[in-house]
Amino acid sequence: MPSFREIQEELPNVLETNMTPRLELRHICKRYPGVIANDDVSLSIMPGEIHAVLGENGAGKSTLMKIIYGAIRADEGEMVFDGNPIASHGPSVSRALGIEMVYQHFALFESVSVVENIALSVSGKFDLTVLANRVRDVSKKYGLPIDPHRFVYNLSVGERQRVEIVRCLMQKPKLLILDEPTSVLTPQAVIKLFETLRQLAAEGCSILYISHKLDEVQVLCDSATVLRNGLITGTAKPKQSTPIELARMMVGADLPETHLDPSTTSDTPFLNVNHLTAPSDNPFGISLNDVLLSVFGGEVVGIAGVSGNGQAELISFLSGEVLFKGADTITLGGKDVGQLDAGYRREQGLAFVPEERLGRGAVPPHHLSDNAMLTGHRLGMVKNWMIQRGKANDFAAQIIRKFNVKTTGYESAANSLSGGNLQKFIVGREIELGPKVLIISQPTWGVDVGAAAFIRQALIDLSRTGAAVLIISEELDELFEVCDRLYVICQGQLSKSLDRKNTNVEEVGLLMTGLNNNSNSDNSKAV
Amino acid sequence: MRFQIERRAEPSSFMRFGAPVYATFSTLVVSSIMFALLGHNPADTLFAFFITPLMTINGISEWLLKASPLILIGCGLAIGFRANVWNIGAEGQLVIGAVCASGVGLFYPAPESTLLLPLMVIAGMAGGMVWAAIPAFLRARMNTNEILVTLMMTYIATLLLSLLVHGPWRDPDGYNYPQTALLPDAAMFELFDPMYRLNTSILITVVAVFAMWFFTERSFFGYKMSVGGAAPLAARYAGFKQSRSIWVGLLISGGLAGIAGMAEAAGPLGQLSAQISPGYGFAAIIVAFIGRLHAVGIVLGGLLLSLLYLGGEAVQLSLGLPSALTSIFQGMLLFFLLASDFLIFYRFTPSPKPTKGGVT
Repeated sequence: MPSFREIQEELPNVLETNMTPRLELRHICKRYPGVIANDDVSLSIMPGEIHAVLGENGAGKSTLMKIIYGAIRADEGEMVFDGNPIASHGPSVSRALGIEMVYQHFALFESVSVVENIALSVSGKFDLTVLANRVRDVSKKYGLPIDPHRFVYNLSVGERQRVEIVRCLMQKPKLLILDEPTSVLTPQAVIKLFETLRQLAAEGCSILYISHKLDEVQVLCDSATVLRNGLITGTAKPKQSTPIELARMMVGADLPETHLDPSTTSDTPFLNVNHLTAPSDNPFGISLNDVLLSVFGGEVVGIAGVSGNGQAELISFLSGEVLFKGADTITLGGKDVGQLDAGYRREQGLAFVPEERLGRGAVPPHHLSDNAMLTGHRLGMVKNWMIQRGKANDFAAQIIRKFNVKTTGYESAANSLSGGNLQKFIVGREIELGPKVLIISQPTWGVDVGAAAFIRQALIDLSRTGAAVLIISEELDELFEVCDRLYVICQGQLSKSLDRKNTNVEEVGLLMTGLNNNSNSDNSKAV
Repeated sequence: MRFQIERRAEPSSFMRFGAPVYATFSTLVVSSIMFALLGHNPADTLFAFFITPLMTINGISEWLLKASPLILIGCGLAIGFRANVWNIGAEGQLVIGAVCASGVGLFYPAPESTLLLPLMVIAGMAGGMVWAAIPAFLRARMNTNEILVTLMMTYIATLLLSLLVHGPWRDPDGYNYPQTALLPDAAMFELFDPMYRLNTSILITVVAVFAMWFFTERSFFGYKMSVGGAAPLAARYAGFKQSRSIWVGLLISGGLAGIAGMAEAAGPLGQLSAQISPGYGFAAIIVAFIGRLHAVGIVLGGLLLSLLYLGGEAVQLSLGLPSALTSIFQGMLLFFLLASDFLIFYRFTPSPKPTKGGVT
């Protein structure tokens, strides 16, 4: 009798030699106007295999997954499932085959309970009580604790993801697709998710895991397909490859590094928030509770936290887009600005890059020259109430040149730029304003690795010229890379200030799951 | 061959100008079918509708006379529409402008004064602005919907006009017609030629068109308003105050509508009557949209709609076609125009051939 360990080690070989692949893609192509999202992509997954699709934002990963799920149609290529060619198919066919997908952005109804949400995806008649019991069973079996009768609006992002996964598992899937599942999770919750996924794979379910995070793929996945610009640039066994090899396949070059020079900070804070308490007027919003925050000139300060924990509310108060009642709660360069609007605060040297690029940071149908003027008009672009078009054009051209924005020129519309390029433009615009305080939310979301490193370095450089930089981000790696100090936000409360050199990912991760209930091991409430 | 609809990478600038041409062409085709069904030769009818009215100098005078208020009001409305300020009540502002200006014209103590006409322009503008200021205040302060308020204010305005011309302001020598006495000569715009009705008030429209172009294309405030219209969150992000856009959008459009009403009383009508406007305030909404909220486009749109009014009257008289025809033309034109806008952002491409057994 072979020992248990031996069986486990033999298993992968058995899988690779004796079985038909669970899914095979052959020569998939998908074109959009001006872009080829997938160009001749082929891959195959065995039953029980955890397969990573690795690539930067915009590499074509999500398009490929949607083709498999049937949400969009490929222009060319074949798909074979369990040995059977699948012709034209939609999501309902996929689900009948046993393909389930957890999207990056959840599709749950806020105002009804968990079990009612799941009932919507059950075909035919159902009994809510029976269904609730099944939900409880499945969630217990896979270590995804969830109360079927809770309302979705009460759930944290991590819990919502659990609901989505449980919903998929109820269908007993043969292939589970997860699109960037960890972007909304704390480090501790990621570990739990991986346990669940391994258990599923051991039962024979194949898993397609889409990510751009190398460390996660190395820990979790058996094999990986790397995409760049819609093309396969390589396949690998992540556990046997080095991060450098994977990164090279993904980016096409070595990962750029940022340099964090030592800083000298100002004597008084440039931006100060003094006991900000603001109940939310929206039932789905987060109330801010006694927030204390200060950012000094010459330093980069980060706010970590899973999104939806009060970041959006805090940022709107800081930028002046939403006014707060107490005037002395927020000071900018020593001045009380709590009741002054965004325009006035900008005159005091505040610049701000919001998370939403189209529609907030930029006007989508307007060209880049107009968008440069949106906040740049203070740099002498208006004379006697008239626009100095030449100056606006020059300013836009200067941003495009300095920040390598890929565009046909300042006459292109903002919504014709890719997300990453538009972000470079907006970040460039705000930095070129020469701010005393720069607030930036999710600086590198959807930005390719090279551009992300460029943006991070630009933020550090700005702070080293004496400006105060505040970064709000979900990416802990990013914050540890660029910040001198860190705060953590959770449920509308801000932690005490942490010095980057004296803290670590684990401590920050724990704070992300709850500031006041650290004795409680069940962190489902706050995840 | 099958076609599929595809989003364009960039909005087509060719189609931006092509769409109105398509719309006009489609309107002509569909109206030809309609005429044929009514038993009229389409070519003759279209000729009678669109060409005959412009074959006399009087026709051209009437054409410009009707186009002038449409363009003037359209310019004002477009400024608001660009900022998502929806003034639907230009008709009411026009009426109040006419009432205020006529009040000055009738009761000013020195009816021979050369100051009378300028005073009436100011009174008409102020009247329209005050009427528009009420919805502006309500929207800026209490966030009421200006579409509803401006529309309801129109009904109040027409009833107020009716009250005045049936009651206190009725001409005692007017055989009980609901109209005031004629305005004094000094209260009237000068005619270019005594033979025709076209008067110098059209110069106000010309100035307004240039001012509107300058405001929307060159001024910083016009820029701020367009940001507020295209992306309200971006306007808030940049610190542009929405309430200012609301005030300016409504006051400018109200003021221009007021002047248009004043020019009707001090021009072709020469007095205040219960029927001061054939719906210019509402038709100007169509003009603003046909003109793509752009100064040049509004001029063309105003001329087109004015021609529709004239042509409708002409075929009523010459061919005995129903008067509803004008409204049908207006409706079809707007319908086709909005439909062809689709082509600016999308295009048709041949469907790719499905590969055998492929995932198509």
